[in-house]
Amino acid sequence: MTSQTLPEPLQPDDPKAARYWNPYLAGIGLGVTLLVSYVVLGAGLGASAPVARAAAEAVHAVAPAAVEANAYMGGWFDDGSPLAHYLVFMVLGVALGGFISARLSRRVRPQVERGPRASVRLRLVMALGGGAVVGFASRLAAGCTSGQALSGSAMLLTGSLAFTAAIFAGGFVSAPLFKKVWR
Amino acid sequence: MSTLATTTFFSEGLLGSQGALVAAAAIGVAFGFFLEKGGFGSSKKLVAVFYMRDFAVLKVMFGAVVTALIGIRVLAAAGAVDLGNWYQMETFLVPQIGAGLLFGMGFVMGGWCPGTAVVGAVSGRWDAIVFLGGAGIGSLIYAGAYPAIEPLTSEGALGVSTLDGVLGVSPGVAALLVIVVALGAFIGSNRLVAWRARRTA
Repeated sequence: MTSQTLPEPLQPDDPKAARYWNPYLAGIGLGVTLLVSYVVLGAGLGASAPVARAAAEAVHAVAPAAVEANAYMGGWFDDGSPLAHYLVFMVLGVALGGFISARLSRRVRPQVERGPRASVRLRLVMALGGGAVVGFASRLAAGCTSGQALSGSAMLLTGSLAFTAAIFAGGFVSAPLFKKVWR
Repeated sequence: MSTLATTTFFSEGLLGSQGALVAAAAIGVAFGFFLEKGGFGSSKKLVAVFYMRDFAVLKVMFGAVVTALIGIRVLAAAGAVDLGNWYQMETFLVPQIGAGLLFGMGFVMGGWCPGTAVVGAVSGRWDAIVFLGGAGIGSLIYAGAYPAIEPLTSEGALGVSTLDGVLGVSPGVAALLVIVVALGAFIGSNRLVAWRARRTA
């Protein structure tokens, strides 16, 4: 009875695209990847640090003195480019792996993805604003859903588990505010 | 001999070496592949968790945590790895809880988190590219504000703190607790989705 009333998980809009994997299967694949990262590198996954480092490098091109004098980002330039970092290479791999999968499943499609009643303009303004909030929060937490929520939680780290719980709390509480973007 | 087998690029101070960069890129390929397979190249799929329509985010995330957690505990118990050679982040409770609340809001507002936005960008999502630009700007705002907010960033410092230490139990018991919570979330989220579907039908 319960299984009959369980609605179908969201699938790609494009009927030619392949269906997504079972989420538990994708989770196991991701978990094994994280385990390999720890065993080989001695560090977990990460995605927000490379974004911050790329931003620092971009600003450095126009205002090198200001960036090098900054208390938070200045140290990234001590050994040359902040992009010479293992997480920068990891995120380049993420782009390649994501593209390979999306391509094989015929899911590459240029679009501004949004709810049925949202304009392109509203969606992009929200993407910029949401990105800024997430970028700030990732530095404040010293990691994002990859570095803290996944990698830290798997190591039972207290701060990572608290961060993960807070993400879900913050998301559920604020979701009604952004209904217009998605519903 | 066992120490040699359990060393990592991190423990040898070689995370910046060519070998580590190549390994990190290869790990990234697998990371991006599984994110995309789970449907995380779609912002609609991602935010659906916060509208209780599709709990893929929760299932993939907790599924990954439970998988890695079990692997780590088994390998550590077998002596195949030495967790002392792994990077363990310190806990700063106040900024991390505050950041989590902000992050959750930014996630549903922008539709992405950093790693999934990279997968979205290569799937053709313009909103993901804009989101990544915003995330870069947010990082710069943090760097600019850092001198003013620095005292706050170390509030609630517990050092390298683990759940087993906080609860005064063994790592195995703490791991079991996380697994039980994850299983509860899987079952509970399915019931919630079914209940909501019945109500809106």
